[in-house]
Amino acid sequence: MSSHTETVTVGAPAEAPARRKPQLSEGARAERRLGWLLCAPAVIVMLAVAGYPIVYAIWLSLQRYNLELPNQVKFIGFANYGAVLSSPYWWHALWVTVLITVVSVAVTLVLGMLLALVMHRTLFGRGTVRTAALIPYGIVTVAASYGWYYAWTPGQGYLSALFNNAAPLTTTYKAIAVIILAEIWKTTPFMGLLLLAGLSLVPEDLQKAAKVDGATAWQRFWRITVPLMKPAILVALLFRTLDSFRIFDNIFILTQGNNGTESVSILAWDNLFKALNLGIGAAISILIFISVVIIAAVFIKGFGTAAPGTDTGRR
Amino acid sequence: MAAVTTTPRQKVGWGTANVVVIALALIPVLWMVSLSFKTPAAVLDPSFIPAQWTWSNYHEILSTATFIRPLFNSIGIGLIATFISVVLASMAAYAVARLRFPGKSLLIGMSLLIAMFPIIALVTPLFSIERALGLFNTWPGLIIPYVAFGLPLGIYTLSAFFREIPWELEKAAKVDGATPFQAFVRVIAPLAAPGMVTTSILVFLACWNEFLMAISFTSTTAARTAPASLAYISGSSQFTVPTGPIAAAAVVITIPIIIFVLFFQRRIVAGLTSGAVKG
Repeated sequence: MSSHTETVTVGAPAEAPARRKPQLSEGARAERRLGWLLCAPAVIVMLAVAGYPIVYAIWLSLQRYNLELPNQVKFIGFANYGAVLSSPYWWHALWVTVLITVVSVAVTLVLGMLLALVMHRTLFGRGTVRTAALIPYGIVTVAASYGWYYAWTPGQGYLSALFNNAAPLTTTYKAIAVIILAEIWKTTPFMGLLLLAGLSLVPEDLQKAAKVDGATAWQRFWRITVPLMKPAILVALLFRTLDSFRIFDNIFILTQGNNGTESVSILAWDNLFKALNLGIGAAISILIFISVVIIAAVFIKGFGTAAPGTDTGRR
Repeated sequence: MAAVTTTPRQKVGWGTANVVVIALALIPVLWMVSLSFKTPAAVLDPSFIPAQWTWSNYHEILSTATFIRPLFNSIGIGLIATFISVVLASMAAYAVARLRFPGKSLLIGMSLLIAMFPIIALVTPLFSIERALGLFNTWPGLIIPYVAFGLPLGIYTLSAFFREIPWELEKAAKVDGATPFQAFVRVIAPLAAPGMVTTSILVFLACWNEFLMAISFTSTTAARTAPASLAYISGSSQFTVPTGPIAAAAVVITIPIIIFVLFFQRRIVAGLTSGAVKG
């Protein structure tokens, strides 16, 4: 967008006076130019770090490019994608990622709603509850992961001891359960805070009116609170789903992707930093990118999630 | 639910809910604190409270460059990245909140896309680009991507804050002859300071927390950040499990977060909620 922005900036002064009264266009032009000027640095940085590399990644994904064999770099079309898509590792990693995403987002939604209700409604100690809830949100994921890792190590951990010296990190689905647990603990506060913002937009009068009409707390929650919070819920779900889909830190510490717990992000990382295969790594990266775009499109078109920031756009 | 009069039963109910929330949030953190005070022998005992207490884990990590240098890197990289990204984001957010110009929705769409970007998709190309440009394993090699990923967060949060500023003041300044730029620097920036503090905290926490790029774009303690260094901490001898030292390092990198949260709880909640829903 930067090149586009700049060309328009240059072109604008020439065309603007022709269309409008000179007096008005003077201010409008200044505003326009200032708008672009103020946005330009941010746009340039974002394009340099995200825009150009994604294009470069597409190009890399079409090459045979292994850092150990630098002399054999060659354009091979879609062969890398063929290799990835016909590999059981990719499909297993995708399944693990989807499983972690769906379960952790669903549980986080329920717990986050409960947390939001407590933060919103509790009669005393509201500040203390909010402070406590913010700690999992703020804590370094890796630090928390080590805590979970040691807690589930037999002979060392209180949780392992509690479950008869269990060693859940050594089998696929138990390890995934621990990963999901760590993910839920870390992300419930964020979900809770997003939902809290939605809760505070539900008018108190409506609740009171429904109460006078004899609606129970349960009815009021489902008939008033939830429908009015729908936009907030969908935005929170979109955020959390996309964030969970790129899960990396927790798995990296808890299992290193061993025992069949590799997520798609871990798979791409291993191909890049362990196999040093830039071509395959880039192809996996692009496939993850496409998956994320599909998820976002489903949310925005399918559920009618208002993309966050659209309000801003209308102003 | 919160009626005008509260019954003792309601008090007990909400009190229990509070206790459950606080316990669930804190127990995993307290476990790490407990581990960090355990002696190497006590580490092999799964009890929640250490049988023997020791400061030796802290002594150990705070006296080796394996952890101290990354801690310093984390603070430096985090502060610089936060500063740059909040400055750039506040400029863009001002434009988004106040000015009419074509391409605004494109900017918002782009930052939304970046906020949700799977970072791994950028690790492969950026790794390759950084090696070519000599940015690999340097501070700028992490600062630049951190700025880029701090920008969307900053633009959302700040534009939400900027919209609540009394803009009549800006008009008044313009009537008095200030240019839009002067109005921004002299009138609006001071009013926007609270929002900028909040945004800085959120962006700093994100940089402090970042792990994937930190392990991918560094190879030595020259630029490795604290979270990435945890995996490189070893025991005092090769036969000692590094559990205690790693737990101590984890506690050390958690302390700034606890401090931020204790002092700025209201601001952080306001920042997260305003940016997410209203903006």
